[in-house]
Formats: sequence, C-alpha cells, structure tokens
Amino acid sequence: MPKSLPQLRVEVNPLTAGRLPRFTEPALLVVSLVVTAAFLSLLAAANPAIIVIASALVFLATSFALSVSIEGVRHAKDRLAAHVVTGFFLVALAPLVSLAWGTLAKGVARMDPQFFTYSMRNVIGDGGGAVHAIWGTLIITGMATLISVPIGLMTAIYLVEYGSRHRLSSAIRFFVDVMTGIPSIVAGLFAYTLFSLFFGPGTKVGVAGAVALSVLMIPTVVRSTEEMLRLVPNELREASYALGVPKWRTIVKVVLPTSLAGIITGVVLSIARIIGETAPLLVTAGMNQSMNTNPFDAPMATLPVFVYYQYVTPGIPQDPYHARAWAGALTLILIVMLLNLIGRLISWKFAPKPGR
Amino acid sequence: MTTHTVPDPPGDADRTLRRTGRQVGDVVFRSFSTGSGITILVLLAAVATFLVGMSIPAFTADAADLPFGDFWAYVAPYAFGTVWAATLAMLFAVPLSVGIALFLTHYAPKRVRQIFGYIIDLLAAVPSVVFGLWGINVLAPLMRPLFVWLNENLGWIPFFAGKVSGTGRTILTAAVVLAVMVLPIITAMCREVFTQTPRLHEEASLALGATRWEMIRQAVLPFGMPGVVSGCMLGLGRALGETMAVAMVLSPAAVIHVKLLTSSNPNTIAANIALTFPEAFQLGVNQLIATGLVLFVITLAVNMTARWVVARRKEFSGAN
Amino acid sequence: MSKRIEIKDLDIYYGKFHAVSGVNMTIQPRAVTAFIGSSGCGKSTVLRSINRMHEVIDGAYSTGQVLLDGVDLYGPGVDPVRVRRQVGMVFQAPNPFPTMSIRENVLAGVRLNNAKVSKAQAEEIVEKSLRAANLWKEVKDRLERPGSGLSGGQQQRLCIARAIAISPDVVLMDEPCSALDPISTLAIEDLIHQLKEEYTVVIVTHNMQQAARVSDQTAFFNLKEQGKPGELIEVASTEKIFHNPDQKATEDYITGRFG
Repeated sequence: MPKSLPQLRVEVNPLTAGRLPRFTEPALLVVSLVVTAAFLSLLAAANPAIIVIASALVFLATSFALSVSIEGVRHAKDRLAAHVVTGFFLVALAPLVSLAWGTLAKGVARMDPQFFTYSMRNVIGDGGGAVHAIWGTLIITGMATLISVPIGLMTAIYLVEYGSRHRLSSAIRFFVDVMTGIPSIVAGLFAYTLFSLFFGPGTKVGVAGAVALSVLMIPTVVRSTEEMLRLVPNELREASYALGVPKWRTIVKVVLPTSLAGIITGVVLSIARIIGETAPLLVTAGMNQSMNTNPFDAPMATLPVFVYYQYVTPGIPQDPYHARAWAGALTLILIVMLLNLIGRLISWKFAPKPGR
Repeated sequence: MTTHTVPDPPGDADRTLRRTGRQVGDVVFRSFSTGSGITILVLLAAVATFLVGMSIPAFTADAADLPFGDFWAYVAPYAFGTVWAATLAMLFAVPLSVGIALFLTHYAPKRVRQIFGYIIDLLAAVPSVVFGLWGINVLAPLMRPLFVWLNENLGWIPFFAGKVSGTGRTILTAAVVLAVMVLPIITAMCREVFTQTPRLHEEASLALGATRWEMIRQAVLPFGMPGVVSGCMLGLGRALGETMAVAMVLSPAAVIHVKLLTSSNPNTIAANIALTFPEAFQLGVNQLIATGLVLFVITLAVNMTARWVVARRKEFSGAN
Repeated sequence: MSKRIEIKDLDIYYGKFHAVSGVNMTIQPRAVTAFIGSSGCGKSTVLRSINRMHEVIDGAYSTGQVLLDGVDLYGPGVDPVRVRRQVGMVFQAPNPFPTMSIRENVLAGVRLNNAKVSKAQAEEIVEKSLRAANLWKEVKDRLERPGSGLSGGQQQRLCIARAIAISPDVVLMDEPCSALDPISTLAIEDLIHQLKEEYTVVIVTHNMQQAARVSDQTAFFNLKEQGKPGELIEVASTEKIFHNPDQKATEDYITGRFG
C-alpha cells in the first residue's frame, strides 16, 4: 500500500471546509428571540416592538459571528446581506399590516346602513353618516375623469401617432413630466384661484375640485395611454394604411381597440390614485354637512375631506366623530383597493403582454 | 401617339384617387389631438401664471398689511421644515427601498416575487389621509417610548434634546410616515433597473467565484445606480409635496431647529397651507399661495433633475 | 495549476427535464479539450457543470461526480463559490464590467478573494495576466479607461485575463469566438495554444475547424433521438476523432452529413 492514501472526502476536501448546516439559522433565530424576550422581561422592558428589534439584532450579530468563524468573512457577509434585505422587506410589511388591521378594526364599528344613507346634516354627536361625502366623491371624481380622459387620450394619440418627430411633442412630453411633479395642494390652489377670479373670492364648488383633480390626473392618463399605444405593433398600422384606410380611421378602428384594455387599466388606476386626494379638495370643494349633488353651486363634501374633518375637528364627545372618520377611511380604502383590483384584472385578462 | 405636356384637366382623373371627403376626417381628428396636446401646455402655463399672479401681492405689499408678516420671514421656517422632513424621510426610505428591491429581484424565491411585489405596491394605493390617521393613532404612541428613551440616554445630541412630546406627534414620526409613503415609489424604480442588469455581467461575477452579495455589489448595483438615483429623486419630489400626512401627524410651531422629539416642530409648506387656508382671507390668501409657489419651484427643480438623470443614462447605455 | 478532470456518470437535470445523460470522460491537464456537437445536445451544459454554473438556473441539479485531481466538486457540503475560484470561465459574448476600468476588470476576481492586495502586487498581477492574454502591449497605456471601450476581440482577451488573474486550475471557454471576427478569432486561438502550457483548457465550439486546429482531445456530443437527453458519443484524441472515429454518428457529423 502506498504511504499517501487518497484523501478522505469528508475531512479534507478543501472545497467543503466550513459550511453551516442548514438547521443552524432557524435554530439561532428562535434562540435569539427566546433569550432576548426573557432578558428584557427581567428588565421589565417587554414592549413587543422592542423585543422584535432587539432579538433581530442579536440574531444578526450571533449569526455573523458564527458564520465568520466557520465559513469565513465572505460568506458571513453574504449571509448578513441576505438577512438584512429580508428584514427590510418585513419592516415594510409592518406598516401595511398595521394600517390594514387598524383601519379594519376601528372602521368596522360604523359600517352600518345609517352610515351609508345619512349625511351629517343637523347631526351632533352620534348618528349621521357619510352618504353626502360618498356622493360627492363619486360626482367630483366622475367629472375629473370626464375632463381628463378625453384630453389625456387625445394628447397621447398626438404624441404617438402624429407628432413623434416634432418639437411640439417633445415640449408636450417634457411638460407632462413636469405636471406629474405638481404637489397636490398646488393643483388645488390653482383651481381655487381660477374660480376665485371668475366667480369671486372664496368660491368653493364641486367643479373646482374636479378641475384640481384633473390637473393631477391628466399627466398619468397621458403617460399610461402613450405606453399602451406604443405597444401596438407598427405592422398593424401599416396593414391598415396599405388597405387604403385613412389615418384617423386606422387609429379609431385598429390602434385603439387593440390597446383598449391597457388604456382602460391605466384610467382605472389613475382614478384610484386621485380618489384619495384630500389637499386639493380641502381648498376647492371645501366641506358641506348636507347632501349636495350640484357641482356648480355650494361646497361639496368628499370622502377624504370628510374623514379629515371628522377626525381633526370633532365635536364633543369625540368618539362618535372618530368612529365616523375611521369608517370613512375604511370605505375609502375599500374603494381604492377595488379599483386597483379591477384595473389589474382587466390588464391581466385582456392586455397584450410585453416580452419579459 | 401624342405626348401630354400639360396635366390632365381635373374632370378626367379617376375620382377615387382624389382625396376629398376622407381628408376632412383626418384634419378634424388631427386638430383635436394636437389641440389636446396644446391644451396641456396652456393648462400648465395657466397654473404657473395664476400662481405667480396671485403671489405677487404677497411680495409687493407692505409688511404691515400682511396678515402673516413679512413674506420671507414667514415662509422660511416652512421651507426649512419641508426640506428637513423630506430629508429625514429619505434617510429612512432609501436604504429600505434599495434593500427591498434587491430582496424582490435577487433573494426572494422566484414564485413569490410577483406577489411580494404587489404587496409592496399596495402601500402606494393607501390614501394619504389614512396614513395620517395611522400616524396619529398607531405610530405616534408606538414611537413615544423610543423618544423618551432617546431623550433620557442620548439627550446630549442636539437632535434628541428638548422636552419630549406627550403625544409622540413629532417631525420624526411624520418623517417615518413620509418614508413609508415614498417607499413604494423608490422600490418600483429600483426593481426595474435591478432586473435589467444584463445576465452576462451577473454570470461573469459568479464565474469569478463571487458570493451572491459580492455579485450584487460588483454587477447589479453599479449598473443600476443611475436608476436608483432617479428613483430617489422622484421619491424626494413626492415627499416634499405631501400634505395630509404631515398636516395630521405633526404638531406644529413656527420654529427652525433640528430637535426631533419635541412637540414644537417646523411644519411643511404644504401642511401649513392645508391648515391655514380655510380661514385665510384677502392678503393672507395671497401669502399662502406665494408659499405654494415656493414649494412648486422646489419640487420642479427636484423632478427635472430626476428626469435629466434618467435621460443621461439612456444615452450612456446606448453607447455600449 | 492545471489539474486533471474526471467526469463519472454525470447526469444533468433542469427540474424535470433530463438534459444530459451518463457522461464519462477524462480531461487531461496541460491540454486543450474541445466539446463539439450540434445545438442543444448538451455540450454547454456539461461545460457549465464543471464549474457548477448550471446551478445558477433555478431547479438545475446533477448526479454523478466531477473530480478535480481526485476531489469531487459535487461532494457533500462543497461550496460552489470555492469551486469557481479554481475553475474559471470565459463566456460566449465578451462581458467586461462596464463601470470598471481595464485594470479593475482584471483585478475583479482577485479583489473578491484577497481583500488586501498591495498596490505593487496588484500591478504585478495586472501585467502578468494581460501579458498572458496577449493584451498587454495594446492596453498598457490606458489601464484606467473603461473595459467596454475596447474592440470585441480585445474585450474577450480582457475577460480571459480576468479569468486567469486568480490563477485557476482550469479555464472553461463557452464558444469564446462566436461573437468575434476572423482576425480576433485567430488571435484567441493563438492564445489558447499558449494557455494550455499552464492550464487545463476546455472549449465548447460550433466550429469544427477550430476544434481541429486548437484541441488535443475532442469530445463529441449528440442527441440519440429528439426529446432524449444529450449524450457523450465519443471522446478521443483530436487526430482520431477527425480522421478515424469509432462511431458512425461522429463520422457523420465530421463529414457534415448533419449538424
């Protein structure tokens, strides 16, 4: 037998030296949690948030130390990075869960028929509802959509179908980008000044709110529609031209139907974004305790503004006002989630998918 | 065979080749769409004009006549508060967003990536007034013990000095709410550029014996840096303009200081307008609109820089 | 430097898909081995299994052994990261890191493995690697310039320099010349001749003439039937494969009857 035997795989394979077994990390996590919780309880500082944070830090430190000693610094850093980014993700989940749970828990109390059928007219203290605010939101958002979609759609058509090379379209594109950055309160101020100048200072009407929301909505409609129109392959347009169909008909009969699903999704998502806007409506449509379905006369209540005022300027006792505010918040969230869901469903079912 | 040197008289040409009725449709449609484009330019010009127009009295009138006093002295704490709150928010949001984007693109198991992505996007769907409610009710009380601890143990640092707010409604809490609101925006942009890292570069790194984290540092992050920057600027623009969350969460005072834990906090321009506008009148209105103009200019500068960074990057990668 | 590779009963799977079946071969040190065969028959897959790069794809795994001088790369608990330090790779399309200078590109692998390399050592490594890649004379005056500013052939040689800077035992090349013009291709082939004095080189190529020019040993892969996994049909000295192959399939491929 030669003196130097082939090396035993298990012990001396230089490629294996030092790997943490798979169970190590979960075990370490549990241990850190338990030890930290016990330690902090002893110190009488057993706030759940602090326990979570402290045990996370303990876990990171011990896992790193263990990994360094067995696997080496490079792998230890790799593990640390993996833990940190996972931790960041979980941290982002926390507010989401907290928000969802809190709004649900607190809002459910007033999700009764009265809330959806009564306004705040002559209501002091308990009772009353948000029907006027819900109607106001629907009316004002509806008007904003009626203003924004035609303008946005036609502008996107101009940018994609007619103006691709003109300087006008670069200017428009640039300014649309600028418009996406307008703070919502500034849009509100603009609408307020517009109506003040024409109808007297201090005019608060529903249509002013619609104008403010349009300023915010138009740029998003333009950009999402533009994207959808660009996805339509040029071959389709050329086939239509080759058949002698004029350009405008090609757009209306070929391009738009092809991209319709995507455009609708874009519009629905834009609606979802502006329906929760509060600041511009504060300064334009104001607040009304009673039902008002005329957007051209008198202030109009909207759901976000309703929630704001109910919470921030409650009467005495405060609780019924806060309860209404939370119910309004829950309603608002449900509406927004529903719109998002509808938008994504339409997109998922009907729209052409870009290659990924 | 006669050769025609003169074009056929109109009546002889095939009628179907002439563009008659069809032309009207094209002209009408085209003018509508061009008109819409121009409407946007007009709209934006109107916004700028009205804002500037309504602001001028605030700059020209006598300080004695102005309900809020000299304009620049009035707007200074709010301008500071706007930038300060947004900066604090970005301090929290940027590392979180980059980390989450990396998690979603390189660490999460492939099957759940889309779902997790949707979940983070849900944060963007929550209306700001609901964030405000959450901030007052849940976050502020939760953070208060931390504030007390910071104040007691690290109170010698200027940020943590002063008398701790009784409700926890401080600029730090508002900044955390802002960070949560801005997170999905930055994360979305980062995710996009991280997934666009060319496979070839990632494999080059791995083939050299890099660990996953080393590959990210070598290939993914350098490639995606311009996208990360522009995502941050977009998020910053949003944070600067956010109104309701700050208006509801922060307990304001017209001060300029960097204490994070007290109940007198510099407010932001947007929140101040929301709070003061309903009761303002005449020149007060002009002053508030003037502060809005200042805010508009700040956010405009930030957004245009973000677009410029993205545009530069497109050229850069085109050269390759 | 330069180790022998023994592949024993290697089967490679992508999830449920059986990509390659039953490979058995020995790759000699200080020699060039070429993998040839038509598209989709597993040559790149087998190449990538030598440095465990196929595992980068989700769900890919293999059974069998790949022994590097007797040490099994697939042994229990083996770290793929360490495997890749010893087995380097050059890809089909040149992929220098675009945000790094030429110098930093060469040092990329080195910096990963030795956190602290003195400036003098670093310069030495850069020069040595670039010389070994036949690129030194062309770039020595512009080492700070970005790696992406070179021509295709130069970029590929830069990638080769980067791969050998960490002193691997094996250099794998996956169709390294397919994106290059004929002149650059010749330059790379000359380089391969030099590299084999120090390293074990395995090259996958579509170009039979290249395999004949460059390699000492050739392995021919093929699919027995559509839908079946790829297999190693025959492996022997290049001389034998091209003039006197044992298998009919090999002869058909060489003479151009298919593929």
